[in-house]
Amino acid sequence: MSVTANCPNCGAPIQFRWSSAVQTVCDFCHSILVRRDVNLERVGQVADLPPDSSPIQISTEGAWRERPFAVTGRILYEYEQGGWNEWHLVFNDGTSGWLSDAQDEYAVSFLAPMTGLPAAEQVACGQRFRFSNVVYEVTSITRAHYRGVQGELPFEYWDKSDVVFADLRTPDARFATLDYSDPQPLLFLGEAVAFDELHLRNLREFEGWP
Amino acid sequence: MSAEVKGLNCPNCGAALVKRGFEHTLSIVCENCHSVLDAKDPNLRILQQFEARTPIHPLIPLGTRGKLRGDVYEVIGFQVRTIDVEGTLYSWSEYLLFNPYKGFRYLTEYQGHWNDVVVLRNLPEVETGGRRPAARLLGERYRHFQTAQAETTYVLGEFPWQVHVGEKARVMDFVAPPRMLSSETTSSERVWSLGEYMPGARVWEAFKLPGRPPAPVGVFENQPSPLGGGVKQLWTLCLLLLACLLALGLVCDLFSRKEEVFRGSYVARPAGRGGEASFVTQPFELKGRTSDVEISIRTDAENNWVYLNLALIDTDTGQAFDFGREVSYYHGVDGGESWSEGGPNDRALLPSVPSGRYYLRVEPEMDAAARPVSYEIDVRRDVPALSFFWIAALLLLVPPAFLSFRALSFEQRRWSESDYGGN
Repeated sequence: MSVTANCPNCGAPIQFRWSSAVQTVCDFCHSILVRRDVNLERVGQVADLPPDSSPIQISTEGAWRERPFAVTGRILYEYEQGGWNEWHLVFNDGTSGWLSDAQDEYAVSFLAPMTGLPAAEQVACGQRFRFSNVVYEVTSITRAHYRGVQGELPFEYWDKSDVVFADLRTPDARFATLDYSDPQPLLFLGEAVAFDELHLRNLREFEGWP
Repeated sequence: MSAEVKGLNCPNCGAALVKRGFEHTLSIVCENCHSVLDAKDPNLRILQQFEARTPIHPLIPLGTRGKLRGDVYEVIGFQVRTIDVEGTLYSWSEYLLFNPYKGFRYLTEYQGHWNDVVVLRNLPEVETGGRRPAARLLGERYRHFQTAQAETTYVLGEFPWQVHVGEKARVMDFVAPPRMLSSETTSSERVWSLGEYMPGARVWEAFKLPGRPPAPVGVFENQPSPLGGGVKQLWTLCLLLLACLLALGLVCDLFSRKEEVFRGSYVARPAGRGGEASFVTQPFELKGRTSDVEISIRTDAENNWVYLNLALIDTDTGQAFDFGREVSYYHGVDGGESWSEGGPNDRALLPSVPSGRYYLRVEPEMDAAARPVSYEIDVRRDVPALSFFWIAALLLLVPPAFLSFRALSFEQRRWSESDYGGN
């Protein structure tokens, strides 16, 4: 299902791959467009994204635990030890999820509606938290810099600068992220996965590599 | 998208640089002048220059591709890391491997011992209670081997992190051969990786390297015992054979008739004091298949001896089985300690005696001054030779015991290098 509109800035056709997208980026003028009722409002402009080498790209398809998905957008972050992508996934049942790709280490996660989450200052490496009856241990805290967006996202996300993330893990490869981009922290729960477990198609090609 | 093989040159010495790790690369080290460069800087800012007393040539040259676990990987970085154990420096090499889809993995090498290492997605559980910590991963228990401060002492090629010589991390190793779990703790994070021991020949095969891999020295912390599961298998096999042997013994015992065919009581006296020189017994019947005959002698000898020349003779053919038995029993108290030697009873087994009618010829001998000895002779047909089973059982236990001993000494060599070595 695709919805078409025109970019309020340059007039280029905007095609939505996902009908529930809240935000997208015009492929031509890189305007950040947010849906307001039936209209598209230009809220900003994406600077040129730095070159990166993720094998994933918008329109990559795959399946996680036999649930097919397509990649519709991404948020790109940078920190002192490199950058990583949070790829926005739309599953074939309409669910929205995320595939994080940090130097080819992959994790699939979903927004977990939960309140009473610990504040950023309260979180330290080695600490344990229980979410949905599973104990997670904080393995890293990353102070990152929002670097840009691309494609369709499930929420408005563009006016960011420095953000803090806490990653948590479990013995059975479950994965959680506490996202402190907004005043109200967000929790994403999921699983750290191997590349082959994602059954990815339509990947980016690298010259000289099969 | 084409690979960015830009014409990169070292800003320090001008040597050509190759970028193999795409945009993942944060640091690139000039192979010529050992400048550590910021790969994200358009001018390749020099971050560090290190003195290499002697240049180290990686055993697998940078840029070599090989197939590991079904995927092609390229060697893009090389580093040497060193630990200081009570003043002695130990160094190992780490090869950084890259595949643009599968990501990064490592090969480590220490004195000819190789490990294939991946960063873990699981978080191992560490047991700190008890004298020796352990880590648990996917149901397997890894025993703590060593904790040390590792310092990066030599770098070449590319790294997806900001590398620098002198970088330190606290490394903890836990082993469950052929695997090992390692955690590296820096100020900001703790990363766990899982290594699997790999023979040098497999590395040479995977990367199609010329010549032979260096021969491994000593026993490495997660090197699988060359006896492998063989010890356990051999024990299982031998215990199984032992059970069979026992069953066989029981069957033999069950099917043996152990029939008493003759019993007679006599008194032996010294010759010339009324003792008979020799006599024969009543004939008796040995029935059934050819089998053994047990002759038991019970005496009341005490601080005395008697020697019996015996012959089992076939009444029809005259065929004789000659044998001699000595019964000698001495005991007493010497200096407050009691002692004894020999025993009043004896037993002889004649194997393979055909059926027929037999009698015994008995010719006792004893000391001329000795007291008379009463004795009883008991003849039994078809008695199982259980001693054979005991010997077989003992022989059966020799190979697994030997193998266990060798396995144990291998483990001793392994752990002698650990924090629990105890010199």
